[in-house]
Amino acid sequence: MITIINYGSGNINAISNIYEKLNIGFRIANTPKEVLGAEKLFLPGVGAFDETMLLLINKGFKEVLDEEVLKNKVPILGICVGMQVLGNSSEEGELPGLGYINGVVKKFDESLIKGKPKLPHMGWNTIQEKSKTSLLNGIDLEIGFYFLHSYYFGCLNISDVVATTQYGQEFASVVCNSNIYGVQFHPEKSHSNGVNLLKNFANL
Amino acid sequence: MLRSRITPCLLVHRKGLVKTVEFKEPKYVGDPLNAVKIFNEKEVDELIILDIDATIEGRGPDFNFIKNIAIESRMPLCYGGGITTVEQAKKIISLGVEKIAISSAATENPQLLVEIGNAVGVQSVVVVLDVKKKGLFKNYEVFTHNGKRPVGKKLTDIVSTLNNIGVGEIVINSIDEDGKMNGYDFKLFEMIRELTSCPLTILGGASSFENIKEAIKRYKPLGVAAGSIFVFKGKYKAVLINYPDRIARNEIY
Repeated sequence: MITIINYGSGNINAISNIYEKLNIGFRIANTPKEVLGAEKLFLPGVGAFDETMLLLINKGFKEVLDEEVLKNKVPILGICVGMQVLGNSSEEGELPGLGYINGVVKKFDESLIKGKPKLPHMGWNTIQEKSKTSLLNGIDLEIGFYFLHSYYFGCLNISDVVATTQYGQEFASVVCNSNIYGVQFHPEKSHSNGVNLLKNFANL
Repeated sequence: MLRSRITPCLLVHRKGLVKTVEFKEPKYVGDPLNAVKIFNEKEVDELIILDIDATIEGRGPDFNFIKNIAIESRMPLCYGGGITTVEQAKKIISLGVEKIAISSAATENPQLLVEIGNAVGVQSVVVVLDVKKKGLFKNYEVFTHNGKRPVGKKLTDIVSTLNNIGVGEIVINSIDEDGKMNGYDFKLFEMIRELTSCPLTILGGASSFENIKEAIKRYKPLGVAAGSIFVFKGKYKAVLINYPDRIARNEIY
Protein backbone atom coordinates (compact mmCIF):
# COMPACT_ATOMS: atom_id res chain seq x y z
CA MET A 1 0.00 0.00 0.00
CA ILE A 2 1.37 3.37 -1.05
CA THR A 3 0.43 6.50 0.84
CA ILE A 4 0.33 9.59 -1.36
CA ILE A 5 0.79 12.75 0.67
CA ASN A 6 -1.80 15.35 -0.23
CA TYR A 7 -0.38 18.52 1.29
CA GLY A 8 -1.70 20.84 -1.40
CA SER A 9 1.00 20.54 -4.01
CA GLY A 10 1.41 18.32 -7.01
CA ASN A 11 -0.21 15.87 -9.20
CA ILE A 12 -2.14 13.60 -6.84
CA ASN A 13 -4.83 12.77 -9.41
CA ALA A 14 -2.54 11.69 -12.23
CA ILE A 15 -0.46 9.54 -9.87
CA SER A 16 -3.42 7.86 -8.21
CA ASN A 17 -5.01 7.26 -11.60
CA ILE A 18 -1.93 5.34 -12.76
CA TYR A 19 -1.87 3.20 -9.58
CA GLU A 20 -5.56 2.54 -9.98
CA LYS A 21 -5.05 1.29 -13.54
CA LEU A 22 -2.11 -0.85 -12.42
CA ASN A 23 -4.30 -2.33 -9.70
CA ILE A 24 -1.76 -1.30 -7.06
CA GLY A 25 -3.16 -0.35 -3.68
CA PHE A 26 -2.80 3.26 -2.56
CA ARG A 27 -4.43 5.75 -0.25
CA ILE A 28 -4.30 9.49 -0.06
CA ALA A 29 -3.18 11.08 3.20
CA ASN A 30 -4.95 14.40 3.67
CA THR A 31 -3.79 14.79 7.27
CA PRO A 32 -0.48 14.02 9.04
CA LYS A 33 -2.24 11.35 11.09
CA GLU A 34 -2.91 9.34 7.94
CA VAL A 35 0.84 9.22 7.23
CA LEU A 36 1.56 7.27 10.42
CA GLY A 37 2.13 3.58 9.85
CA ALA A 38 2.52 3.95 6.07
CA GLU A 39 4.35 1.21 4.19
CA LYS A 40 5.51 3.52 1.43
CA LEU A 41 5.29 7.25 0.97
CA PHE A 42 4.89 9.32 -2.15
CA LEU A 43 5.75 13.01 -1.97
CA PRO A 44 4.55 14.88 -5.07
CA GLY A 45 5.42 18.50 -5.73
CA VAL A 46 4.84 21.29 -8.19
CA GLY A 47 5.86 24.90 -7.68
CA ALA A 48 8.36 26.82 -5.64
CA PHE A 49 10.61 25.50 -2.84
CA ASP A 50 9.51 27.73 0.05
CA GLU A 51 5.84 27.40 -0.81
CA THR A 52 6.22 23.61 -0.74
CA MET A 53 8.12 23.62 2.59
CA LEU A 54 5.62 26.01 4.14
CA LEU A 55 2.75 23.69 3.24
CA LEU A 56 4.59 20.69 4.71
CA ILE A 57 5.39 22.54 7.93
CA ASN A 58 2.12 24.40 8.44
CA LYS A 59 -0.02 21.36 7.78
CA GLY A 60 2.03 19.29 10.22
CA PHE A 61 3.39 16.80 7.68
CA LYS A 62 7.08 17.51 8.32
CA GLU A 63 7.00 16.11 11.83
CA VAL A 64 5.38 12.79 10.89
CA LEU A 65 7.59 12.47 7.82
CA ASP A 66 10.70 12.82 10.00
CA GLU A 67 9.36 10.09 12.21
CA GLU A 68 8.38 7.66 9.46
CA VAL A 69 11.24 8.27 7.04
CA LEU A 70 14.20 8.78 9.37
CA LYS A 71 13.24 6.61 12.33
CA ASN A 72 11.04 3.90 10.83
CA LYS A 73 12.90 3.82 7.49
CA VAL A 74 9.71 3.87 5.42
CA PRO A 75 10.62 4.17 1.70
CA ILE A 76 9.74 7.58 0.27
CA LEU A 77 9.74 8.88 -3.31
CA GLY A 78 9.82 12.63 -3.93
CA ILE A 79 9.13 13.97 -7.40
CA CYS A 80 10.12 17.35 -8.89
CA VAL A 81 9.95 19.90 -6.04
CA GLY A 82 9.05 16.92 -3.84
CA MET A 83 12.57 15.69 -4.63
CA GLN A 84 14.21 19.06 -4.12
CA VAL A 85 12.78 19.48 -0.60
CA LEU A 86 14.55 16.24 0.37
CA GLY A 87 17.74 18.36 0.37
CA ASN A 88 19.14 20.76 2.99
CA SER A 89 18.38 24.08 1.30
CA SER A 90 17.65 25.81 -2.02
CA GLU A 91 18.84 28.90 -3.82
CA GLU A 92 15.19 29.38 -4.78
CA GLY A 93 14.11 30.01 -1.21
CA GLU A 94 15.15 30.75 2.32
CA LEU A 95 13.60 27.91 4.29
CA PRO A 96 15.61 24.80 5.11
CA GLY A 97 14.57 21.59 3.35
CA LEU A 98 13.72 18.28 4.97
CA GLY A 99 17.42 17.38 4.98
CA TYR A 100 16.94 13.68 4.22
CA ILE A 101 19.54 13.62 1.45
CA ASN A 102 22.65 15.73 1.69
CA GLY A 103 22.24 18.29 -1.06
CA VAL A 104 21.76 21.91 -2.00
CA VAL A 105 19.25 22.92 -4.68
CA LYS A 106 20.85 25.32 -7.16
CA LYS A 107 19.80 27.30 -10.20
CA PHE A 108 21.16 26.12 -13.54
CA ASP A 109 24.12 28.16 -14.75
CA GLU A 110 22.76 29.74 -17.97
CA SER A 111 26.25 30.48 -19.26
CA LEU A 112 26.87 26.72 -19.57
CA ILE A 113 23.78 26.17 -21.73
CA LYS A 114 24.81 26.55 -25.35
CA GLY A 115 22.43 28.32 -27.75
CA LYS A 116 18.74 28.81 -27.11
CA PRO A 117 16.54 28.22 -25.23
CA LYS A 118 18.11 28.63 -21.78
CA LEU A 119 15.69 28.22 -18.86
CA PRO A 120 13.56 26.50 -17.79
CA HIS A 121 14.88 23.05 -18.66
CA MET A 122 11.64 21.85 -20.20
CA GLY A 123 10.84 18.78 -22.27
CA TRP A 124 11.93 15.17 -22.71
CA ASN A 125 15.50 14.34 -21.82
CA THR A 126 17.51 11.14 -21.49
CA ILE A 127 18.97 9.81 -18.24
CA GLN A 128 22.25 8.00 -17.62
CA GLU A 129 22.35 5.33 -14.95
CA LYS A 130 25.20 5.77 -12.45
CA SER A 131 24.39 2.91 -10.13
CA LYS A 132 21.95 0.01 -10.25
CA THR A 133 18.62 0.45 -8.58
CA SER A 134 15.45 -1.55 -9.08
CA LEU A 135 13.62 1.81 -9.36
CA LEU A 136 14.94 2.00 -12.93
CA ASN A 137 14.14 -1.59 -13.94
CA GLY A 138 12.85 -1.81 -17.50
CA ILE A 139 13.25 1.93 -18.13
CA ASP A 140 14.23 3.03 -21.65
CA LEU A 141 17.02 5.46 -20.78
CA GLU A 142 17.09 6.91 -24.30
CA ILE A 143 13.42 7.90 -24.22
CA GLY A 144 13.93 9.26 -20.73
CA PHE A 145 11.42 11.44 -18.93
CA TYR A 146 9.63 14.81 -19.02
CA PHE A 147 11.38 17.59 -17.10
CA LEU A 148 10.13 21.05 -16.11
CA HIS A 149 12.42 23.01 -13.76
CA SER A 150 15.03 25.76 -13.46
CA TYR A 151 16.69 24.47 -10.27
CA TYR A 152 18.47 21.14 -9.80
CA PHE A 153 19.45 18.93 -6.88
CA GLY A 154 23.16 19.49 -6.16
CA CYS A 155 24.04 16.22 -4.43
CA LEU A 156 26.81 16.55 -1.86
CA ASN A 157 27.46 12.80 -1.64
CA ILE A 158 28.27 11.42 -5.06
CA SER A 159 27.19 7.95 -3.89
CA ASP A 160 23.59 9.24 -3.60
CA VAL A 161 23.42 9.98 -7.34
CA VAL A 162 21.63 7.13 -9.10
CA ALA A 163 21.18 8.72 -12.54
CA THR A 164 22.17 11.96 -14.22
CA THR A 165 20.93 14.13 -17.08
CA GLN A 166 22.71 16.68 -19.25
CA TYR A 167 21.50 20.24 -19.56
CA GLY A 168 24.46 22.56 -19.96
CA GLN A 169 25.94 20.55 -17.13
CA GLU A 170 25.45 17.09 -15.69
CA PHE A 171 22.95 17.06 -12.84
CA ALA A 172 21.36 14.42 -10.62
CA SER A 173 18.01 13.39 -12.07
CA VAL A 174 17.56 10.41 -9.70
CA VAL A 175 18.91 10.32 -6.15
CA CYS A 176 18.76 7.65 -3.47
CA ASN A 177 20.05 7.18 0.04
CA SER A 178 18.87 3.94 1.66
CA ASN A 179 15.04 4.25 1.92
CA ILE A 180 14.88 7.77 0.43
CA TYR A 181 14.36 8.29 -3.31
CA GLY A 182 13.95 11.40 -5.41
CA VAL A 183 13.39 12.02 -9.12
CA GLN A 184 13.58 15.44 -10.75
CA PHE A 185 11.31 14.58 -13.67
CA HIS A 186 7.57 13.89 -13.78
CA PRO A 187 6.99 10.11 -13.95
CA GLU A 188 3.22 10.66 -13.88
CA LYS A 189 3.55 12.49 -17.23
CA SER A 190 6.20 10.31 -18.84
CA HIS A 191 4.13 7.57 -20.51
CA SER A 192 5.36 3.97 -20.19
CA ASN A 193 8.71 4.91 -18.61
CA GLY A 194 6.84 6.81 -15.93
CA VAL A 195 4.33 4.02 -15.39
CA ASN A 196 7.21 1.52 -15.05
CA LEU A 197 8.97 3.73 -12.51
CA LEU A 198 5.82 4.08 -10.43
CA LYS A 199 5.35 0.30 -10.62
CA ASN A 200 9.00 -0.27 -9.60
CA PHE A 201 8.58 1.96 -6.58
CA ALA A 202 5.51 -0.04 -5.55
CA ASN A 203 7.51 -3.28 -5.89
CA LEU A 204 10.57 -2.12 -3.91
CA MET B 1 20.02 15.45 -24.74
CA LEU B 2 16.93 17.64 -24.51
CA ARG B 3 14.63 16.85 -27.44
CA SER B 4 12.18 19.03 -29.31
CA ARG B 5 8.51 18.55 -28.46
CA ILE B 6 5.96 17.62 -31.10
CA THR B 7 2.77 18.97 -29.60
CA PRO B 8 -0.84 18.60 -30.73
CA CYS B 9 -2.83 21.73 -29.93
CA LEU B 10 -6.51 21.05 -29.29
CA LEU B 11 -9.21 23.71 -29.29
CA VAL B 12 -12.28 23.32 -27.10
CA HIS B 13 -15.54 24.95 -28.21
CA ARG B 14 -18.92 24.14 -26.64
CA LYS B 15 -17.32 21.16 -24.85
CA GLY B 16 -16.24 19.56 -28.11
CA LEU B 17 -12.96 19.66 -29.97
CA VAL B 18 -12.83 21.88 -33.03
CA LYS B 19 -10.33 22.96 -35.65
CA THR B 20 -10.45 26.47 -37.05
CA VAL B 21 -9.15 28.27 -40.14
CA GLU B 22 -7.73 31.74 -39.42
CA PHE B 23 -9.46 31.41 -36.04
CA LYS B 24 -12.85 31.08 -37.79
CA GLU B 25 -15.18 28.32 -39.03
CA PRO B 26 -14.75 25.91 -36.11
CA LYS B 27 -15.20 22.37 -37.40
CA TYR B 28 -16.11 19.64 -34.91
CA VAL B 29 -13.42 16.98 -34.74
CA GLY B 30 -14.32 14.93 -31.69
CA ASP B 31 -14.55 14.45 -27.97
CA PRO B 32 -11.71 15.93 -25.87
CA LEU B 33 -11.40 13.03 -23.41
CA ASN B 34 -11.36 10.49 -26.20
CA ALA B 35 -8.62 12.45 -27.98
CA VAL B 36 -6.52 12.48 -24.79
CA LYS B 37 -6.87 8.70 -24.53
CA ILE B 38 -5.74 8.25 -28.13
CA PHE B 39 -2.78 10.59 -27.62
CA ASN B 40 -1.84 8.63 -24.48
CA GLU B 41 -1.65 5.47 -26.56
CA LYS B 42 0.54 7.22 -29.09
CA GLU B 43 2.89 8.47 -26.35
CA VAL B 44 2.62 12.10 -27.44
CA ASP B 45 5.39 14.46 -26.21
CA GLU B 46 2.95 16.95 -24.69
CA LEU B 47 -0.50 18.42 -25.27
CA ILE B 48 -1.86 21.96 -25.42
CA ILE B 49 -5.58 22.36 -24.73
CA LEU B 50 -7.16 25.77 -25.27
CA ASP B 51 -10.72 26.65 -24.31
CA ILE B 52 -11.52 29.21 -27.01
CA ASP B 53 -14.90 30.15 -25.48
CA ALA B 54 -13.82 31.22 -22.00
CA THR B 55 -12.44 34.73 -22.65
CA ILE B 56 -15.10 35.52 -25.25
CA GLU B 57 -17.87 34.52 -22.84
CA GLY B 58 -16.17 36.45 -20.07
CA ARG B 59 -16.00 33.40 -17.84
CA GLY B 60 -13.22 31.60 -16.00
CA PRO B 61 -11.79 28.15 -16.73
CA ASP B 62 -14.07 25.09 -16.51
CA PHE B 63 -12.32 23.32 -13.61
CA ASN B 64 -14.38 20.17 -13.87
CA PHE B 65 -13.43 19.76 -17.51
CA ILE B 66 -9.75 20.43 -16.74
CA LYS B 67 -9.80 17.93 -13.88
CA ASN B 68 -11.19 15.16 -16.08
CA ILE B 69 -8.60 15.84 -18.77
CA ALA B 70 -5.72 15.97 -16.28
CA ILE B 71 -6.68 12.70 -14.59
CA GLU B 72 -6.68 10.92 -17.93
CA SER B 73 -3.52 12.50 -19.39
CA ARG B 74 -0.28 10.56 -19.08
CA MET B 75 1.56 13.28 -20.97
CA PRO B 76 2.43 16.81 -19.91
CA LEU B 77 -0.46 19.20 -20.27
CA CYS B 78 -0.67 22.88 -20.99
CA TYR B 79 -4.13 24.42 -20.45
CA GLY B 80 -5.23 27.86 -21.59
CA GLY B 81 -8.50 29.81 -21.64
CA GLY B 82 -10.07 32.31 -19.29
CA ILE B 83 -7.29 32.50 -16.69
CA THR B 84 -7.31 35.97 -15.13
CA THR B 85 -6.37 35.39 -11.47
CA VAL B 86 -3.62 33.79 -9.39
CA GLU B 87 -6.21 31.64 -7.63
CA GLN B 88 -7.40 30.14 -10.92
CA ALA B 89 -3.81 29.39 -11.92
CA LYS B 90 -3.09 27.67 -8.60
CA LYS B 91 -6.26 25.64 -8.83
CA ILE B 92 -5.43 24.44 -12.35
CA ILE B 93 -1.92 23.38 -11.32
CA SER B 94 -3.38 21.55 -8.33
CA LEU B 95 -5.65 19.61 -10.69
CA GLY B 96 -2.58 18.08 -12.30
CA VAL B 97 -1.78 20.41 -15.18
CA GLU B 98 1.93 21.19 -15.69
CA LYS B 99 1.63 24.49 -17.52
CA ILE B 100 -0.94 27.23 -17.78
CA ALA B 101 -1.27 29.32 -20.92
CA ILE B 102 -2.24 32.95 -20.68
CA SER B 103 -3.00 35.24 -23.58
CA SER B 104 -5.34 38.18 -23.12
CA ALA B 105 -4.63 38.63 -19.40
CA ALA B 106 -0.88 38.55 -20.11
CA THR B 107 -0.94 41.40 -22.58
CA GLU B 108 -3.48 43.47 -20.63
CA ASN B 109 -1.85 43.02 -17.23
CA PRO B 110 1.74 41.72 -17.33
CA GLN B 111 1.97 42.07 -13.53
CA LEU B 112 -0.39 39.09 -13.30
CA LEU B 113 2.36 36.92 -14.84
CA VAL B 114 4.73 37.90 -12.04
CA GLU B 115 2.15 36.99 -9.41
CA ILE B 116 1.26 33.68 -11.05
CA GLY B 117 4.97 32.89 -11.45
CA ASN B 118 5.51 33.45 -7.74
CA ALA B 119 2.59 31.22 -6.87
CA VAL B 120 3.11 28.24 -9.17
CA GLY B 121 6.70 28.66 -10.37
CA VAL B 122 7.84 30.63 -13.41
CA GLN B 123 8.50 27.39 -15.32
CA SER B 124 4.76 26.69 -15.48
CA VAL B 125 3.76 30.06 -16.95
CA VAL B 126 3.19 29.98 -20.71
CA VAL B 127 2.23 33.00 -22.77
CA VAL B 128 0.41 32.50 -26.08
CA LEU B 129 0.87 35.29 -28.60
CA ASP B 130 -1.73 35.24 -31.40
CA VAL B 131 -0.15 37.24 -34.20
CA LYS B 132 -1.65 38.61 -37.43
CA LYS B 133 -0.20 40.74 -40.23
CA LYS B 134 -1.97 44.09 -40.44
CA GLY B 135 -2.02 47.26 -42.48
CA LEU B 136 -0.25 48.49 -45.55
CA PHE B 137 3.16 47.28 -44.42
CA LYS B 138 1.89 43.95 -43.13
CA ASN B 139 3.30 44.53 -39.69
CA TYR B 140 2.91 41.79 -37.12
CA GLU B 141 0.34 42.61 -34.48
CA VAL B 142 -0.78 40.72 -31.41
CA PHE B 143 -4.48 39.95 -30.94
CA THR B 144 -6.62 38.49 -28.17
CA HIS B 145 -10.25 37.31 -27.96
CA ASN B 146 -9.80 34.74 -30.74
CA GLY B 147 -8.09 37.20 -33.06
CA LYS B 148 -10.74 39.89 -32.74
CA ARG B 149 -9.21 42.40 -30.37
CA PRO B 150 -5.87 44.08 -31.17
CA VAL B 151 -3.61 44.51 -28.14
CA GLY B 152 -2.33 47.84 -29.43
CA LYS B 153 1.25 47.32 -28.30
CA LYS B 154 4.24 46.57 -30.49
CA LEU B 155 5.11 42.88 -30.73
CA THR B 156 8.74 43.62 -29.89
CA ASP B 157 7.72 45.59 -26.81
CA ILE B 158 5.47 42.77 -25.64
CA VAL B 159 8.28 40.23 -25.99
CA SER B 160 10.77 42.43 -24.14
CA THR B 161 8.25 42.91 -21.32
CA LEU B 162 7.91 39.12 -21.12
CA ASN B 163 11.71 38.84 -21.00
CA ASN B 164 11.90 41.25 -18.09
CA ILE B 165 9.20 39.43 -16.18
CA GLY B 166 10.50 35.96 -17.00
CA VAL B 167 8.10 33.30 -18.28
CA GLY B 168 8.44 29.56 -18.79
CA GLU B 169 7.54 29.45 -22.47
CA ILE B 170 6.12 31.53 -25.30
CA VAL B 171 3.82 29.97 -27.89
CA ILE B 172 3.97 31.92 -31.14
CA ASN B 173 0.74 31.39 -33.01
CA SER B 174 0.16 32.74 -36.52
CA ILE B 175 -3.51 33.66 -37.02
CA ASP B 176 -2.93 34.15 -40.77
CA GLU B 177 -1.67 30.58 -41.18
CA ASP B 178 -4.08 28.88 -38.74
CA GLY B 179 -5.68 25.80 -40.29
CA LYS B 180 -4.40 26.53 -43.80
CA MET B 181 -1.73 23.85 -43.79
CA ASN B 182 0.55 25.97 -45.94
CA GLY B 183 3.56 25.80 -43.65
CA TYR B 184 4.76 27.65 -40.56
CA ASP B 185 5.60 31.35 -40.57
CA PHE B 186 9.32 31.00 -39.85
CA LYS B 187 9.89 34.72 -40.34
CA LEU B 188 7.62 35.55 -37.42
CA PHE B 189 9.23 32.84 -35.29
CA GLU B 190 12.74 34.09 -36.01
CA MET B 191 11.80 37.64 -35.18
CA ILE B 192 10.69 36.61 -31.69
CA ARG B 193 13.52 34.11 -31.22
CA GLU B 194 16.00 36.95 -31.71
CA LEU B 195 14.49 38.75 -28.74
CA THR B 196 14.30 36.02 -26.13
CA SER B 197 16.08 32.97 -24.73
CA CYS B 198 13.06 31.38 -23.10
CA PRO B 199 11.64 28.13 -24.56
CA LEU B 200 9.50 28.72 -27.64
CA THR B 201 6.78 26.81 -29.42
CA ILE B 202 5.75 27.49 -33.00
CA LEU B 203 2.08 27.09 -33.92
CA GLY B 204 -0.10 27.85 -36.94
CA GLY B 205 0.06 26.47 -40.46
CA ALA B 206 1.92 23.17 -40.11
CA SER B 207 1.53 21.47 -43.48
CA SER B 208 3.05 18.05 -42.91
CA PHE B 209 5.47 15.96 -40.92
CA GLU B 210 8.16 17.32 -43.25
CA ASN B 211 7.28 20.85 -42.16
CA ILE B 212 7.73 19.81 -38.52
CA LYS B 213 11.03 18.23 -39.42
CA GLU B 214 12.12 21.49 -41.05
CA ALA B 215 11.23 23.52 -37.94
CA ILE B 216 13.20 21.14 -35.69
CA LYS B 217 16.18 21.18 -38.05
CA ARG B 218 16.25 24.96 -37.97
CA TYR B 219 15.61 25.74 -34.32
CA LYS B 220 16.01 22.67 -32.12
CA PRO B 221 15.22 22.26 -29.35
CA LEU B 222 11.79 23.88 -29.62
CA GLY B 223 8.13 23.02 -29.34
CA VAL B 224 6.49 22.26 -32.68
CA ALA B 225 2.75 22.49 -32.26
CA ALA B 226 -0.05 21.82 -34.72
CA GLY B 227 -3.77 21.22 -34.93
CA SER B 228 -4.90 20.17 -38.40
CA ILE B 229 -2.20 17.64 -39.22
CA PHE B 230 -2.96 15.70 -36.02
CA VAL B 231 -6.73 15.63 -36.45
CA PHE B 232 -7.22 15.42 -40.23
CA LYS B 233 -6.13 12.85 -42.78
CA GLY B 234 -5.98 13.16 -46.57
CA LYS B 235 -6.90 15.97 -48.93
CA TYR B 236 -10.57 15.88 -48.01
CA LYS B 237 -9.66 16.43 -44.38
CA ALA B 238 -11.38 13.37 -42.95
CA VAL B 239 -11.29 13.52 -39.17
CA LEU B 240 -8.71 11.05 -37.88
CA ILE B 241 -6.61 11.60 -34.81
CA ASN B 242 -3.03 10.68 -35.64
CA TYR B 243 0.55 11.23 -34.51
CA PRO B 244 3.92 10.06 -35.84
CA ASP B 245 5.24 6.86 -34.26
CA ARG B 246 8.40 6.62 -32.16
CA ILE B 247 10.58 5.46 -35.07
CA ALA B 248 9.59 8.36 -37.30
CA ARG B 249 10.04 10.84 -34.45
CA ASN B 250 13.45 9.52 -33.45
CA GLU B 251 14.72 10.34 -36.92
CA ILE B 252 13.88 14.02 -36.59
CA TYR B 253 14.27 15.01 -32.92
